Amino acid sequence: MSSDGAPRFSSKDAVVCRGVGKIWAAGTKRAHEALRDIDLDIQPGEFVVFLGPSGCGKSTLLYLISGLEDVTEGQIWSFSDKVETPSPDRSLIFQETSLFPWLTVWQNVSFGLAIRGASQAERRAVAAEALQRVGLSAAIDKRPDELSGGMRQRVAVARALAMRPKVLLMDEPFAALDVQTRARMQDFLLDVWRDSGASVLFVTHHIDEAVALADRVVVFTARPGRIKTIFPITLPRPRNLFSREVEAMRIQLTELLRDEVDRAFAEQEALAATA
Amino acid sequence: MTVVARDGDAGAAAGASRPAAVTRLFASMAGLDALSKIWWTCLSISLFAGLWELCWALGWADPKLLPPPHIFLGNIVEQGKYFNTATRWQVGQSMNDGPTAFESVMITMGATTGRVFAGLVIASVLAISIGVLVRYYQFFDKLVLPTITLLSPVSPIAWLPVAIFMFGIGNAPAIFMVVVALFFHMVLATINQIDGVNPNLINVARTMGASKRQIYWRVVVPAILPGMLAVLRLNLFGAWMVVLIAESTGVGYGMGQVIMLARNTFNPSLVFFTIAVIGVLGFGFDWLLRLAQRRILYWLPDTKEKLRVL
Repeated sequence: MSSDGAPRFSSKDAVVCRGVGKIWAAGTKRAHEALRDIDLDIQPGEFVVFLGPSGCGKSTLLYLISGLEDVTEGQIWSFSDKVETPSPDRSLIFQETSLFPWLTVWQNVSFGLAIRGASQAERRAVAAEALQRVGLSAAIDKRPDELSGGMRQRVAVARALAMRPKVLLMDEPFAALDVQTRARMQDFLLDVWRDSGASVLFVTHHIDEAVALADRVVVFTARPGRIKTIFPITLPRPRNLFSREVEAMRIQLTELLRDEVDRAFAEQEALAATA
Repeated sequence: MTVVARDGDAGAAAGASRPAAVTRLFASMAGLDALSKIWWTCLSISLFAGLWELCWALGWADPKLLPPPHIFLGNIVEQGKYFNTATRWQVGQSMNDGPTAFESVMITMGATTGRVFAGLVIASVLAISIGVLVRYYQFFDKLVLPTITLLSPVSPIAWLPVAIFMFGIGNAPAIFMVVVALFFHMVLATINQIDGVNPNLINVARTMGASKRQIYWRVVVPAILPGMLAVLRLNLFGAWMVVLIAESTGVGYGMGQVIMLARNTFNPSLVFFTIAVIGVLGFGFDWLLRLAQRRILYWLPDTKEKLRVL
């Protein structure tokens, strides 16, 4: 970092984390460290999966990158802008349904445009286009409660795409779906990703999901989360999840994770004993 | 209330998209459901009335003190004379002039219902506004919330003299009493509802670049509306209780006045007749609110149905 605060890294990088740390409830009795010393560079158009045991801070990192939460240490940059507040350039998709239940599908999808004061005709056109990209044109006038879980997440993706984000942040978006739907949604997401050209940061604790999707898998340690290793996957997509290469990767990732899961368990038991 | 209107349109559209036969089936099932509800309501009330009549027939209930339904409902014309006393009992006016007994009952019911309604509307609008402001501005929270919390346990009875000092007699003190009885609780309920809004909805709006004001208008307020309707329903009965207290003192006419008149003239028949009328009115109000609640709460899971099959 130079003295005028300009980034010393390439400004083309989609996301850059330098020495990022997060302590929740800092300065209080309940303070606990979620993340420590995260250094990470993400290229435009890259698909990166965050993999780690539950509670390792991978979702926290996603929230920090989105700007919804503030870092305690270090800095985050996105396309040479310092991340301090949320931005439509970085859309976040949540695990649980986050559609507005009182709005129809198209009103949900075009919510961001409504905030900017776009006309109804424009909003509806943008919503129609985004819904077409996720294959849900027929649902345009439906209400969220009339849709299945998978369809709702597709609407949430459409809503994110309608903002034309440069980075798509996804916090275990398919965790609540059944296995078959989840596989379909992964294919769907890869199509959307190729189509949009955005970088995708995808949080999961499923090794299979990581192997199916990622250009690079960032493996986290148990709490406080640090980057244990970054695991590149160069196999072409769509990937055959039953091939020998994928099987080998799955075993490697499982090995990498096992220690961390054991540590997380031990720590939880120690915590329970002191409580 | 634009939300309500939009729901109505969406509901109609969804209904139209269903095959006609299915719609008809649903309609007939809804009809059956309503019929069965009416049947159970009637049964519940007749059981209560029947027990009372039985006590009377057995001589346990003295008809002079606890007249059973067939007595106090039997001579509505006689009872009606005591209603709408303000216009009926003016100096120089004969008892037989002015509105008929039935009209008098209607005028009195209308007057009391109007006060309840006005009080509810004013209290809701004030309470939701203040509740939202408390969360919106931190200084407002610190400045106002302690006083509101301090005043919320005060019984409406204690406000009665204040109402009369401030507004004299007439509609104003009665409406003031309803407002003051509901307002403080409803502010606290509003704040509670705001704190319960799904944080993801707020986060979504934030990532889309919504300002604080837009988040409140477009997310927080619509998100709390259904819950506020439930709060309103719970407070409706409170409003009916308070309005009688208010009317019994400072207002020219109204149900509370009739009750006071009945007390002073030792007329238990009139007391029970008035209680019956209040019950029917309150029931009707609650039914209307439940109807509105169902239209607005369309997306909530039907827990009642789940409990019923246990």
